[in-house]
Amino acid sequence: MPVGIIAKKLGHTRVYDANGVITPVTVVLAGPNRVLQVKTAESKDGYSAVQLGFGDQKPQRLTKPKLGHLKKHGVEVKDKSTDAISGVQRIREFRNFSKEVKTGDLLGPDVFAVGDYVDCIGVTKGRGFEGVVKRHAFRGGDSTHGAKGWHRRSGAIGQRLFPGTVMRGMKMPGHMGQVRRTVQNLEVVQVRAEDNILLIKGSIPGPEGDYVIIRESKKRPKGWKKPTASAGKKDKKK
Amino acid sequence: MNQALLDKIEKEQYRKDEASFNVGDSVRVHTRVVEGEKERIQIFAGVVIGRRGHGLNESFTVRRISYGEGVERVFPIHSPRVDKIEVERKGEVRRAKLTYLRKRIGKGATLVKEKGEKVVEAAK
Repeated sequence: MPVGIIAKKLGHTRVYDANGVITPVTVVLAGPNRVLQVKTAESKDGYSAVQLGFGDQKPQRLTKPKLGHLKKHGVEVKDKSTDAISGVQRIREFRNFSKEVKTGDLLGPDVFAVGDYVDCIGVTKGRGFEGVVKRHAFRGGDSTHGAKGWHRRSGAIGQRLFPGTVMRGMKMPGHMGQVRRTVQNLEVVQVRAEDNILLIKGSIPGPEGDYVIIRESKKRPKGWKKPTASAGKKDKKK
Repeated sequence: MNQALLDKIEKEQYRKDEASFNVGDSVRVHTRVVEGEKERIQIFAGVVIGRRGHGLNESFTVRRISYGEGVERVFPIHSPRVDKIEVERKGEVRRAKLTYLRKRIGKGATLVKEKGEKVVEAAK
């Protein structure tokens, strides 16, 4: 995982470009992320990773192991007005971080650039117990033409005496949502370092105010070419 | 705080010249049209028959009679493609949406009563 950041989903809006084309965007508070620990393959950790923290938290709300961990790595930074320790509400490790960082560093949205592609990981909104029409997009039955009491059912779920059982993984009603989901290859539309804000094209799983992980995309969209620093900018302006 | 940040992003995109017009006004909308490499301004003149949405999403509908055929166009107010909105004359209306103009034929279909018209008559 090259570069990643813990962020908070703020909401949706739309952005006009110079040609008047509207892009729907998700606004994300991406930082400041505090580097809590740097692990390397050579040390006793045995693998290379960077541990990032996001969000302020009062010390009495932290568990003692967490507090001890922060003290050990000397990143206990207090906000004077609220007495909260900054950058600890959400902690996550990013393996093989491509950016060179050291403990105590602050990372913001400027780890990404306009035109970059990112993967966004979040926990989808919980829908509770849902039927097959909503959960699996089944068609259901007719609402008219003499249909009665057979509108949102799934239909047959098996065969006859053979195999005599319902196949595994059969799509049926059940709990929907509240699962970790990744949306791949979303484009970064704007980077606003002064407000710690990223505008990402499209939507991100989860409700507003929820924490999400934004990382450099693992795959690339079809026909994608690595933008050269100058050429990429010119294309954007046109 | 979150809403404030969202508002900030939207407000930055509002048009610089505040388009102050109301439903019933006769307006000339200057739109930028890109044809190949060239860009030119096209004007669509007519009566504003409605405004909808708010903030960045606000749009308005202009109706005109073009070669005997009613034409309506919807413009997003804050689109950079809408170069300028000129108000030719103010109209006096009692509705928020002037859909009744669609049924009208002739002069009544193209113009709404001018604002302050009554006052002038009374003064005479």
